[in-house]
Amino acid sequence: MTNPKLAVWKFASCDGCQLSLLDAEDELLAVAAAIEIANFPEASREVLPGPYQLSLVEGSITTPHDAERIQQVRDESEFLITIGACATAGGIQALRNWSDVAEFTRAVYATPAFIDTLDTSTAIADHVTVDFELPGCPISKQQLLEVINAFLHGRRPDIPGYSVCLECKRRGTTCVMVAAGTPCLGPVTQAGCGALCPAYDRGCYGCFGPAESANLESLVAEWSRLDVDKPTLIRALRTYNGYAPAFRVASEQLEDSR
Amino acid sequence: MTATRSVYGREGMTAASVLDRHDFDHLISALTEEGYQPIGPILEGGRIIYGPIGSSSDLPIGKTDLHDGGLYRVIDRQDYALFGYNLPSDSWKQYLFPPRTLLWSANRSNGSFTVQPAIEEPPRLALIGVRACELAAIAIQDRVFTGTHPDPHYLSIRERVFIVGVNCVQAGGTCFCVSMGTGPELSDGYDLVLTELIEGDDHRFLIRSGTAAGGEVLSRLPLVPAVPSDCSNAEGLIATAADHMGRSLDTDGIQQLLYENPEHPRWDAVASRCLQCANCTMVCPTCFCSTTEDRPSLDGSSADRWRTWDSCFSLDYSYIHGGAIRSSAKARYRQWMTHKLATWIDQFGTSGCVGCGRCITWCPVGIDITREVQAIRTEEASHAHR
Repeated sequence: MTNPKLAVWKFASCDGCQLSLLDAEDELLAVAAAIEIANFPEASREVLPGPYQLSLVEGSITTPHDAERIQQVRDESEFLITIGACATAGGIQALRNWSDVAEFTRAVYATPAFIDTLDTSTAIADHVTVDFELPGCPISKQQLLEVINAFLHGRRPDIPGYSVCLECKRRGTTCVMVAAGTPCLGPVTQAGCGALCPAYDRGCYGCFGPAESANLESLVAEWSRLDVDKPTLIRALRTYNGYAPAFRVASEQLEDSR
Repeated sequence: MTATRSVYGREGMTAASVLDRHDFDHLISALTEEGYQPIGPILEGGRIIYGPIGSSSDLPIGKTDLHDGGLYRVIDRQDYALFGYNLPSDSWKQYLFPPRTLLWSANRSNGSFTVQPAIEEPPRLALIGVRACELAAIAIQDRVFTGTHPDPHYLSIRERVFIVGVNCVQAGGTCFCVSMGTGPELSDGYDLVLTELIEGDDHRFLIRSGTAAGGEVLSRLPLVPAVPSDCSNAEGLIATAADHMGRSLDTDGIQQLLYENPEHPRWDAVASRCLQCANCTMVCPTCFCSTTEDRPSLDGSSADRWRTWDSCFSLDYSYIHGGAIRSSAKARYRQWMTHKLATWIDQFGTSGCVGCGRCITWCPVGIDITREVQAIRTEEASHAHR
């Protein structure tokens, strides 16, 4: 029996998420033994022909060309899993969704006429059916290995949707919000990073996007009690996962109430 | 009222002795020599948490903590008390029921399947500074983990533990142990119990054993017999702590109250504030929910099964075929509070709440279980009155 073909596809992104796969040094040989890597831009220029049993898609859709290309990827893929904040929520570049893209283009490029770009940066799931979404900026390599493992064994990935707070408490980190009044997005952000920032006395930046039942209204009220002003709050919500629905609704409500 | 329930006046108790502050390290050495790893309060990053201690200089000397809903700060005291704080953010639960435990490993070869239990020599822990509410919490987890379905992992750690209790001589802003009948004085279940007495430069501990193992350690310490005024001083301090609880919870008829009000509007109100972050359940010293994770190797030849702390606030926790049965924030908060204060009594014979107040202090938005009960009680009474 031949090993299933894995393909990694890049859209508008920094490549950090697909590098998580290369970063899985201890497990890389086992991965390579279990799957055939058919396309992996950060590792090899070789691209094997489809169809692909598993496609990992990194990046968001920001150009008309990519909007077409993702359709082809979907057609050639049995399972399509999006990895990272760009692919699952539009990424940092989704900031353009609240701005004038034509104005940016004029400011940045000498000949804006050559630039063919969309007004928005959107998640892959806004364009094609996605079988599983793995959030994070970047994703956790352990979670990526779990997703590949689950795919190989035909089971559902064990990726919890609860908040970062569980990870803080399990590792014994004292709550920075309660003990130091540090604004933290942890209570509304999905676990997965291992609660990295609070362990270094910083509030959570929300890299893993909204938790399964995030109560943004209550968190926004609490940040306001901690004297965080509206522009700062909006900026915090519009960092890595600004266009994820829960964060987006909260920041737009704040903007409307200005 | 509180002074008369003090063990210091009770007949049949072993006589109390006095350990001078300058001799406190003898206690830590004696425990270490007995083969225990002493764990106690330490100051880390400006916060008081539990951790390994080597000597009394590791303790949060001269520090105390302020507690309120969603608020915790450590400040200086006017003296050099070793146990002058109220409660750390974490609890002893992390040592007796660790956040993550390997349960067993499995291997597949030649069509057969073998399971190896996780064998690990459990540490012998001496828990130093156990408060009355915390010992009550340990007793509650004992009933959970050693009752009908004994848990070998919990048991193996628990049966090796040595407990040094410390009576509370001050109450924290979110404390309500008096309401729950668990403190501020330890009544039983400890190996040794201390009360810290500070009068000017005179810094001493009233100490008493509760078990033979405790008596053994006691016999190795440089002690002097307590005089009646030591005992009455300790009683007075404990009584003062009892009179200064930051919170109170009226437990009268609490089961009936909660069972009769599943649709009370207060559940919607609290759900609108609740972040669903699960912090209350993580810091609660009695919450015992866990999930199991299977971690197979990529080639499927082996797998590890882990047990990890989980929470009834996670959607997956109530996931059964077809979806989560407690899909709303309201349902999850109601489940947690009703279990803690009411159905726990049906299940285990006691309340699941010991009145330590951690869920109030460590809720980032300061949701207060005592106020939630009071709101349901008051508003119900006003309904009945109409």
